[in-house]
Amino acid sequence: MTKRKALRTAFTVIVTLVLFVLLWEGYKWMGQQTEDHWPGTQFGLPVSTDDLTMPHASDIFNELTDEIRAGRETLPMTVYLAKKAAFTFLEAAIGFSLGVIVGLMLAIFMLRWRFAERGFLPWINVSQTVPLIALAPIVVTWARLQGYPDMVGISLIATYLTFFPVAVSGLRGLQSPDSSDVELMHSYAASWSSTLIKLRLPAARPYLFPAFKLAATLSVVGSIVGEISIGTKTGLGRAILDFAQRYAVWPERLYSSVIAASLLGLFVFGLVNAAEWLVIKRGREVLK
Amino acid sequence: MRENSENLEEAVSIRAADKVFNPDSDNEVQALLGIDLDIKEGDFISLIGPSGCGKSTLLRLIADLLVPTAGEVKVFGKTANQARLDQDYGMVFQHSGLFDWRDVSANIELPLELKGWSKADRQARSREMLELVRLEEFKDHYPRQLSGGMQQRVSIARALSFEPRLLLMDEPFGALDEMTREHMQVELLRIWRETGTTVAFVTHSIPEAAFLSSKVVVLSPRPGRIHSEITVDLGDRTDQTREDPKFFQATTEVREALRAVEAG
Repeated sequence: MTKRKALRTAFTVIVTLVLFVLLWEGYKWMGQQTEDHWPGTQFGLPVSTDDLTMPHASDIFNELTDEIRAGRETLPMTVYLAKKAAFTFLEAAIGFSLGVIVGLMLAIFMLRWRFAERGFLPWINVSQTVPLIALAPIVVTWARLQGYPDMVGISLIATYLTFFPVAVSGLRGLQSPDSSDVELMHSYAASWSSTLIKLRLPAARPYLFPAFKLAATLSVVGSIVGEISIGTKTGLGRAILDFAQRYAVWPERLYSSVIAASLLGLFVFGLVNAAEWLVIKRGREVLK
Repeated sequence: MRENSENLEEAVSIRAADKVFNPDSDNEVQALLGIDLDIKEGDFISLIGPSGCGKSTLLRLIADLLVPTAGEVKVFGKTANQARLDQDYGMVFQHSGLFDWRDVSANIELPLELKGWSKADRQARSREMLELVRLEEFKDHYPRQLSGGMQQRVSIARALSFEPRLLLMDEPFGALDEMTREHMQVELLRIWRETGTTVAFVTHSIPEAAFLSSKVVVLSPRPGRIHSEITVDLGDRTDQTREDPKFFQATTEVREALRAVEAG
């Protein structure tokens, strides 16, 4: 059953990818024929189709296998990007873990003290309205002044994005048990912490995992933005920044780095999905 | 299992208990007024009354899930709070309240886990309890795979797992269909006889109250007061009892008391 499901998912992904490439190339071809106008009209196309704006899909894929000079060595682009992505992944993983810890602690804190929920929740919401681009240099400068490596500052930026969904959904999940479930624990004279561990946390899992998925992708975004705004020496953010500056010469390179960033996002999303399956779904599927 | 001895010790003793919700505010509700009630050890009593009469509130006073505004609630001679801390009672709710993420055995073991029992002891006890409610072969199932009646049987097994002397049941069969309900009533009486536990049972079904109880306590609504206590003696009850004239007589008596209550 699950094997068939996996096959179906893989098939869907491939078909979607092929369709997207066909659409990309079809649109480009059409634009080339009509000089960027909708066929038979004077209306311009929203995106021009020249090789600079929309390089051929095949050129982008070729770029991925082409070699690139990195310092003294020459590497295939895929390896080059994978190395950068590994660095970014590490930052994102630290940021995600810290964000989950901070978010869960905030959720438990707000559950325990109602006044904390009233006092904290608005500020937690406000925190996410601060533009990341303004926050990044502040955090990174602080981290540098403390003598920490840049990675610490970048991870903290990722934490800043990831704690939010965990805290908000976590609180809802912890509050989700029925009042009769809470009464049941009370009738057993269970302490507040036993009620948390035996009832509220397990009941919160269906709320937490969607938040973890969001947090995982946000942690990648946070790390890349963090890298770009402080100009680290490595990481995907750095690669994107470099390639963006040379976009006029090598548009395919920027596209390939964006593909790498998306793949990294998909990868962390998949990790959380796997964890969810281990924690929740396996238990239920065994039974059917 | 304990002896169902004929000692006349009070399991529950309530004196002049009042319960007011939201006192001194616009939505103040006098839920219970001047409740005097004794439940003898080994008894099976039902609390019945129109909806909103405070029968569930009364059960929660015994359970120390609510505190009376005035008066006194004693359980086995102790304060209700002490009885809860000593876990002298087990509770069964209308919705089984089983935890989805625990299989049947793990649900039954929950109160034992909280008491710090060893794993081996917990497993031995949960096997005994599954035997008692006749669900041995479902021990590894998860609650969602069971029918409503089976879920309630697990819930009863969980409530009895630590051998409390008192079982408090809040409309436990209210969500079941009629056939399952009658079957569960017979099962509950068997368990009651085998364990000798005292039972306080909230229901709004007249035949259920008459069939199960040795005493039916009829409550009047707003504020909830005890209108009358009807003693029922149907002897050993089976499904045949439901066709017995004595059963018909008992339901009639309860019905008439409820009509008197509703007439005010």
